[in-house]
Amino acid sequence: MLTQECISNVLTLSVAALLQGRVSGMNLASYKGADVTDRLPRPLSQQTTWLLDVRDNRNRAAFAQLFDFYAPRLKGMLLRAGLQSGQAEDVVQEVMLAIWRKADQFDPARAQASAWIYRIARNRQIDMIRLENRPLPDELVAAEEESIDDAAQVLALDQEGTQLRAALIRLAPEQRTVIEQAYMGELSHSEITAQTGLPLGTIKSRIRLALDRLRHDLRDLR
Amino acid sequence: MTEITHHLPENLIIAYAACRLGHAFSVAVAAHVSLCMECRARLAAHEHAGGAVLEALPKETVSHELKLRTMAELSAPARVGLPPPEHAGIYPGAVMAALKGRPPRWRALGAGIRQCILTEDLEGSLRLLHIPPAQGVPDHGHGGLELTLVLQGSFSDETGRFGAGDIQVATEDMAHSPIAGGGMPCVCLAATDAPLNFRGWLPRMLQPIFRI
Repeated sequence: MLTQECISNVLTLSVAALLQGRVSGMNLASYKGADVTDRLPRPLSQQTTWLLDVRDNRNRAAFAQLFDFYAPRLKGMLLRAGLQSGQAEDVVQEVMLAIWRKADQFDPARAQASAWIYRIARNRQIDMIRLENRPLPDELVAAEEESIDDAAQVLALDQEGTQLRAALIRLAPEQRTVIEQAYMGELSHSEITAQTGLPLGTIKSRIRLALDRLRHDLRDLR
Repeated sequence: MTEITHHLPENLIIAYAACRLGHAFSVAVAAHVSLCMECRARLAAHEHAGGAVLEALPKETVSHELKLRTMAELSAPARVGLPPPEHAGIYPGAVMAALKGRPPRWRALGAGIRQCILTEDLEGSLRLLHIPPAQGVPDHGHGGLELTLVLQGSFSDETGRFGAGDIQVATEDMAHSPIAGGGMPCVCLAATDAPLNFRGWLPRMLQPIFRI
């Protein structure tokens, strides 16, 4: 049975592997302050802290902070997907309200705030624009003893997410454009399915390498 | 539960995370992720990358009213929609949703093979296939890409053996002649990005009648 704890462990490894794959050749270890082995307690990212405050305390001031941070960026994401400004704002409103209403489902051991919000925004985008429910994976079964946030796991995942973001910012502009197009851009269906000339071509091998590593890590876990 | 050995390629996971897939492929991806821990973790990792890109985006100007409107809505009762269909038997929730919560209505294709078309439009098609044990499937033409997810039993072809939870990614130029494994009937979910091509599915003698 797939459990929350299990997915948490896998996810931490997966983000770490993705991060390593993404920046392989850029020598992450030589980057000052990005010591992957550093496990000293650090505060959670600001965005995750705001979202936890919304989840646990229904704090409207924290929600307003989330709004100020994400609404202008979500609008940018939706404009890139081809929406008009007014339409984009309607979706942003629905996304922000979904964040408020579904906050109890946010599990910081499985996702950083940005990853969780990215997924919610994509779900709402499909539901509202295509007028159909986005096909979603089944929820994992949560064992009762796992209902409490595992502090160490939460911190580890948050730090890896933060390092991923730092690595993204350090990418060369042309590499960054490729990544942005993959996660934000509006590509035609044929572009996605084409086996050659795929816009992701330049990062594909790196990510695959990272995932190979992940598969080894998973085997070690068993 | 047998170990899943055939996974989703990276580009499909990223395209699903970024909502760049059509409905049929999205159902196939969501259904595989429901069964596969590894691809679930990889999807989550890509959602982190998506979230990181989102955070790094330049801020667009949003209207002042948007924030007022949103904050004012916080106290409003949430619109309660129907919960999405849940996993039932061998069918993950995403497949149950495509079945509209009902059991499949099978139609005979010949040679004991049955199919149930879930969706079919210009974007592609989605169907379930039910193949008796050890039955070979006629080589079938499909324009473009075809994803086949095994939900029960297994099949084998020139590229390997596919058991429950495994997903096969077949390109247009890939000729294959799958044969269902022994034991249980093989039930598959097949998604294509082109309209269905029935040519290979009809017994040859019937083809002149249907003028195909």
